[in-house]
Formats: sequence, C-alpha cells, structure tokens
Amino acid sequence: MADISVDQESGPSRRALLKGGAAAAGLAVGSGAITGFPTIWAQNIKDITLAHVGQSFSVIPQIAAQASKDLGFKIDMQAVDYATQLNRTFTQPESIDISDLSINVVPDLIKQGIGMPVPTSKYKWWDKTVPIFTKGEYPDGKKASVQGGAPIKFQYYADKDGTKLSATPTEWLASIPTLYNADTLGIRPDLVGHKIDSWAELINPQFKGKASLVDEADIGILDAAMALEAAGQMKYADKGNMTKAEIDKTIAALIELKKSGQFRSFWQNFDQSVSLMASGEVVIQSMWSPAVTEVRTRGIACEFVPLKEGYRGWGVTLVPMKHLSGLKLDAAMDYLNWYNSGWQGAFIARQGYYSTVPETAKAMLEPYEWDYWYEGKPAAQDIKDPFGKMMEKAGNKRDGGALWDRMGNVAVWNCLMDEQRYLTKRWNEFISA
Amino acid sequence: MSLAAPLLRSAPSTKAASRKPARPWPNWLVSWLQVGPLALVLLFMFVMPLIFVVVVSFFDYERVQIYPAFLLDNYAEIFTSAVTGRLYLKTLEYAAIVEAITLVLGFFVAYYLTFHVRTLRWRIILMLACTIPFFTSNVIRMISWIPFLGRNGILNDAVMATHLVNQPLDFLLFSDFAVILAYVHIFTLMMVAPIVNSMSKIDRSLIAAARDAGANEWMIVRDIILPLSKTGMALGSVLVLTQVMGDYYIVRVLSGGKSAGVVSGIATQLNAFEYPPAAASSVVLLVIVLALVIGIFSIVDVRKELAE
Repeated sequence: MADISVDQESGPSRRALLKGGAAAAGLAVGSGAITGFPTIWAQNIKDITLAHVGQSFSVIPQIAAQASKDLGFKIDMQAVDYATQLNRTFTQPESIDISDLSINVVPDLIKQGIGMPVPTSKYKWWDKTVPIFTKGEYPDGKKASVQGGAPIKFQYYADKDGTKLSATPTEWLASIPTLYNADTLGIRPDLVGHKIDSWAELINPQFKGKASLVDEADIGILDAAMALEAAGQMKYADKGNMTKAEIDKTIAALIELKKSGQFRSFWQNFDQSVSLMASGEVVIQSMWSPAVTEVRTRGIACEFVPLKEGYRGWGVTLVPMKHLSGLKLDAAMDYLNWYNSGWQGAFIARQGYYSTVPETAKAMLEPYEWDYWYEGKPAAQDIKDPFGKMMEKAGNKRDGGALWDRMGNVAVWNCLMDEQRYLTKRWNEFISA
Repeated sequence: MSLAAPLLRSAPSTKAASRKPARPWPNWLVSWLQVGPLALVLLFMFVMPLIFVVVVSFFDYERVQIYPAFLLDNYAEIFTSAVTGRLYLKTLEYAAIVEAITLVLGFFVAYYLTFHVRTLRWRIILMLACTIPFFTSNVIRMISWIPFLGRNGILNDAVMATHLVNQPLDFLLFSDFAVILAYVHIFTLMMVAPIVNSMSKIDRSLIAAARDAGANEWMIVRDIILPLSKTGMALGSVLVLTQVMGDYYIVRVLSGGKSAGVVSGIATQLNAFEYPPAAASSVVLLVIVLALVIGIFSIVDVRKELAE
C-alpha cells in the first residue's frame, strides 16, 4: 500500500533541516567527532549505519542528525506508515536494525523470533524509567489500567532467549520503551459551541457531518468503544479485548452512525487529520497530540480535550532486531542508551509526548518548557513546537494538565485483540457500508 | 492491384530466401533470441508473480504468518460475504458512470480535435493542452480537489457569494460526486487519445461524399464517424474501465474513506497481513476484469484497428 502523506506546510522547512542535518551528520562522521556517549572506540565504528524504521511521529530527521553527531556513526531513520512498518518488520527483518514499534506488537515479534532481548544491565536508564513500564504502576504505587495492551504485559522476557513473555519483572527486556502519551479527542473550541467533557460527544447528533474517526481498525474501534460506552449504548467487559459479540454490536452501532451521516470523513494519516481539522471540515475527531500542535502552529484553535471517562494510552518502543551482532550490536546498544539520554526526550516533549526517562528530558528542556509540558503549569513564555514554530502564547496551560493527571487517567491501552482477524473483517464492512 | 499485390509481397521473401544461407544460425533460433528478452521479463515479472498470487490464495494464515495449504476458505469467504457484493456493486457503479461520461466527453473532444481543428499544428497544441493537468503527480492533483471542493473551499465560497444557498454544499467533497469528478478528470484523456487515433484514419473523402449526397453534420457523425471510431472507443473503454476497477487511492481520498471499492478491500486486507484472502480477492477481480475486457473485444474487432 502506498500511503501518501503530503505535508505541504512544513515539508520544505523539514526537508531543508533534514539536508542540514545530513550535512552535519556527514561532518560528524567525517571528523570522527565523538562527544562522550559511545563506549566503543574501534576505528571502524564510523562506517556503521543503523537503520531505524518507524512512523512519522517518532522518526524525525533532527533526532537522527543529533544522534549521528553525538555517537559518531550514522543513524539512518526511515519514516514509513504503520502497515509498511509491520510488513517490513515481519517479512524483511534484516532490512531493519532498530524497529520503532507500538509496545503491543511485541508478542508478534516473539512468534517470529526476530527481536533481540536486552539485558537490563546493558541499558543504563532502566531504574530511572517511569514505573508504568517497569512495574505496571504509577509513581504513587497505584496499579495502572490493564484494559487492552498495557505496557507491563509486553515488557519482560521470561528468559534470555526471548521465547516467551513474563508478566513480572525479569532481567531481560523485550524492548526499550521510549515515548508514550494518553490520547483523547481533538476539537475546534471555536466551532463546537459548548463544553466538551465526554467521549459521547463524538457521536452527538449535534456534530452530524462534522465528526471524524481514525480509519485504523485497532485504534478506531477503541475510540468508538469509548464513545459508545460513554453514551450508555454499550457495556464492555474489557474494551481492549472484545468478544466477537461485542465487536458485532460495536460495528452495528457504527454502521448506523455512518448511515445517519455522523462522519464527515475517516482519516488514515497524520496529515489528513491536520487538514480536516484546520479546514474546519471536522470539529471533533480522533487525533494525535502532534497533529493538535500542528493545527495550532497555523494559528487555528485546536484542543486535545480531557474527557471524564479517561484517555486511550499507548507507548512506543525500540526493538533491536535479532540479526544484529558484533560491532553493529554494540553500536545499537549505544544508540538505545543515547536515545533516552535526554535530547530526544526534550525534542518529542515539544510535540506533546512524554519520555520514559523524564529526568533526562528535563535536563535538556528549558525550565518554562518543562513546567508547561510536564507540570501542566501556565506557560511563562511563548511555547514553540520542536521545529521552532510558535505553538502556544505565554500564560496558557496545556490541555489535560500535568503528566500524571493525564497518564494517571488511562482507561484503555492501544492493543491487538484476540479477535483481531474478525475485527479487521468487520471494520472493513463498516468502512465499505 | 489484385495482381500486383502478391507479386510485390513475394519480392522481399525471395530476397530473404536468397540471403538465408549467409546466416550462421537457424531462423527459429533468431526468432527466439528476438522475443527472448521480453518473454523473460514477462515470465519473471508478470507470469511468475501471478502464479504466486494464485498459489497463495489457497494458503492458510494467521497474524504475521502464512501457511502453505490448499484451502478453499478464502474463496468461500469472498462469495459468502455481504461486503464482497457491496464492494463490487460500488466499483461497478463508479465504472459504469465514469465510462458513460468519459465516452461521451471523449468522443466529442476527439471529434472536435479531428474534424473541426483545421491545422495539424493546432491539433497537436490542443492535444498537448489536454495533458497539462498530467504534468503534476496524481497525488497532488487529488489533494488539490480538497481545498477546491471543501466546506470552506473556493467553489463553496463562490456559491455562497451568489446567495443562492445559505449553507455550504457538503455533497461536493467526501462524496460519490467528488470521486466521479476526479475519475472523469483523469480518465477522459485515456478515452480521447484512442478515439482521435481512430478518427484520424477515417477517409475524408467519405465525409465529402456524404455531404455531397445531402447528409447533415449529425447524420455524418451518426452514420460514418461513430461506426468508424468504434475501435478507438473500445480501446478507450478498456483503459478507463480497468483503471477505475483497479483504483483505491482516489476513492479513498475523495470519499474521505467513507466509500470503498474492491481494491480498497484488498488494500485493507494487505495492511492487516491477510495475504491469502487478499490474493483470493485479487484473483477474483482479475477474472472479472478479464471477462469485461473480453466482452468489449467481442463486440468490437480491435485487431482490425491494430493491424491497419
């Protein structure tokens, strides 16, 4: 499938930055500049290239350029869409060194035996990682929701060969979690007309022809389920792992909504969600945090609105692939340690994502940025997005408040259900209905 | 003429025969060497993948894995699922509407270019003008419809300015209207080109004779030009129909994901790693499109056109 993203607004500038970044990387490689991070001193390290493949929200040229500069070898970041990512990971694992995946995909890696277990001793940030990943709980000791694909379910291997997962901590990590967030609905506060505080608003007839849903079965079904449950139309034992009967009822309700003209459109990628919202075709929809910041940088009001039923949580993780060995494996470990050492965490914080090692990100953020993004305090100065564009005026607060106000209120995690195959089939029926 | 023709035809063959002994290789080998490269390309890049698709369509699968097997389940699912019928109906509906519009438009554009544009220079200039929209990529062309047709788009702003309506027209974008508009925009040229080709082969003296015999413009079009451009219309129809039947990108972007064709279904299955059912759907689609093409060619003898 050729998923085409056209980012007309920011394309040229990002491309220019990429070029600059590549030049900087080239320079760094050429001069063998090493700035403290690498623990490998072999001369041929500069010939190493690591292929890091992921989606556009985490695979960003600036991060690759900085990593290449700091590490002294080349990070080749390749942004692909979700389906291509999975396709390549599973059918051509050798073409990828580091796969940047949703945490809930890890069980599939085990079936294929393509992920490399990482000993906790080799990853230096594990004891500083937020406990939703290390223990499945919040910093105050409260257990995190386990509806859907909670990260703790996929975090540890039972043994060093990585043949099965362990629900309790071991010394073998299945992957290195990097960023996470709690998703909710995006709205146009200037066009919705009243206060939005429930997922039920997505299916409120008042927004007939002005609502949109993400067209990705695994995620779209969860947003729909949150809305249907909030509106009192459905009850689920576990939204994150529906039975066939629950899927049937959900899809039937969705088809009815579609027939009534509730949805203006369905979106499949970041750019579509931005243009739907920015153009005012849609006033309420499934959305991602960077898409909300992107709409705002255009001077258009857009809010990632906190809802009383809670958020849909998710996490992204780096999986070193099993074919890595020797110097390349050492380089991959250096890269994983670099990745959560702060620069990347600070960068993605500015598009609304959280680092799994917040204290390293904090060191690289300006105090006013930390206060705005992590603490939910009013912005002491104007807030810029990672690409330097104006995002928020001084004095305003981030939607949803502080880190744990948001992450502490996750109702369900992105997941792959046991009835995945059936869900895909029924979702297709909904889209074609 | 009838006597001279065989003589003329035999002349080069005797020449060839006389040269024959000079050739170091037998004729059959030369022929094989000549068709060989293309035959190999087709074999490896077309026939083999196609065989592979057919084979996989009988396989079993689960998430991220496929298992060799001989199952009819994938086909059974296609023929028993209500979605299949709906997707085919939708695709055929699009195909029929687009075919009808592009055929009429294409015919008259071609007619104008061939019979009413007097000089060859202008004919070429106008023909090239038809291709201007194709200077940019298909993707850009499709995306550009969105700001044009959208709720706050150029067209709606213009309509609103006339005060004929007091609300933006929602049907313009993310609708069947938008999808068909985009198809017609792209595929009309595919109809125009072969029809122009057919029409330019029509002997002008036929038209002069008809005019001398008292035929008016309409009669000339109906009784001479239309029957003699059938082959071009058939070729154009094949191009248009196969393109519409094989599209999923335009329908997705311009219906806003609300409508889907057969290939959209296949694409969703591929994205979900359901290769065997996707392969089975592809085989079924291939058979149906082939049947359509054979149907068209059985009405019109295209070989005649190509041979001339």
